[in-house]
Amino acid sequence: MCEPVDTNPHGLNDFDRRVDAVRQLLAAKKLLSVDELRRGIEAIPQAEYHRLSYYERWIRSIADNLLRTGVITEQELQSALDET
Amino acid sequence: MSILETDGSRLLAAVAVLLDRKGLVSDEAIRERIALTDAAEPAQGARMVARAWTDPDFRAAMLADGTQAAESLGIMMRGMPPLGVLENTAAVHHLVVCTLCSCYPRAVLGYPPFWYKSASFRARAVRNPRELLASEWKTIVPASVKLRVVDSTADYRWMVLPLRPAGTDGWDEARLAAIVREGDMIGVTCPVAA
Amino acid sequence: MMFAAGDTVRVKDEWPEAAGPVHIRTPHYVRGVTGQIVRFLGDFPNPEDLAFARPAEKKPLYHVCFRTGAIWPDANPDDDVTIEIFEHWLERP
Repeated sequence: MCEPVDTNPHGLNDFDRRVDAVRQLLAAKKLLSVDELRRGIEAIPQAEYHRLSYYERWIRSIADNLLRTGVITEQELQSALDET
Repeated sequence: MSILETDGSRLLAAVAVLLDRKGLVSDEAIRERIALTDAAEPAQGARMVARAWTDPDFRAAMLADGTQAAESLGIMMRGMPPLGVLENTAAVHHLVVCTLCSCYPRAVLGYPPFWYKSASFRARAVRNPRELLASEWKTIVPASVKLRVVDSTADYRWMVLPLRPAGTDGWDEARLAAIVREGDMIGVTCPVAA
Repeated sequence: MMFAAGDTVRVKDEWPEAAGPVHIRTPHYVRGVTGQIVRFLGDFPNPEDLAFARPAEKKPLYHVCFRTGAIWPDANPDDDVTIEIFEHWLERP
């Protein structure tokens, strides 16, 4: 971790912005707290955590939490994935 | 393979479709939220700093309650965590970090920059902050000045009120606001008269 | 509220992570370290419960200041780190 800090600007892409917005909207509807988001991120296995981008970790945590709290079911998610 | 290991874009598309079908989050709401989020940017924090430099009453109000001070300038704070303001003085320089994740005063500074979220910034900011600021930002905090790192761990969000630089006497608010950068309000840099 | 500005406090040297999945907002580097209360910040729902979507009781939150020399022996002893810490993580030394 004692490596140089990349201080270059990195703009957000559409995916990043959409994930960020979904997180905010779910929080506003009390369907996902920021602490649940953080818990889900911390639960990602280490190797994968390092492979994923910042917002890839977020969407993974969001999906994990929505499944846990029953807002969506694994079956629903699987069929939605099959459609896309 | 776990369903959660699905590629991020596909996962987002599927989650968004389900949330839309359930009437929880529409595509339109997402677009509106993106527009609102994009509108928050460092210029808003810079406006607060410039006002604090020119109006002692506002400065006192901002240090006492950052949220109210931001709202008084028309910045949207509803639904946002409380904002705390850390005043740099001739004796103390503040540096904000979130070692546990990436808590950032987004209402007044916008999306956190890439470096703020990096493991190296987060680790080095608490372990060796003077060396970090000197090597990455050429910011030298004099030995006579206390460096106070603020690790943003819980429910507040923190911004730095930097010192007004020399050579800005008589400048109006707009001109002052224009020299205040994102990093100045996190404490990795200090404003200079441009 | 148990503590007032200026009180000396120690962060509990506890490691609930070892017992199973938890979500803790008290950084590892400050566990067991003694510091001083700067001020009371308000009562906030306990993130350790919020993280698991459990009902969360409000807990007092403080800004606590630690000399960096108390955390890392080679650090500049005059510098410090200020951290938000919940009351249930603090004890009198």
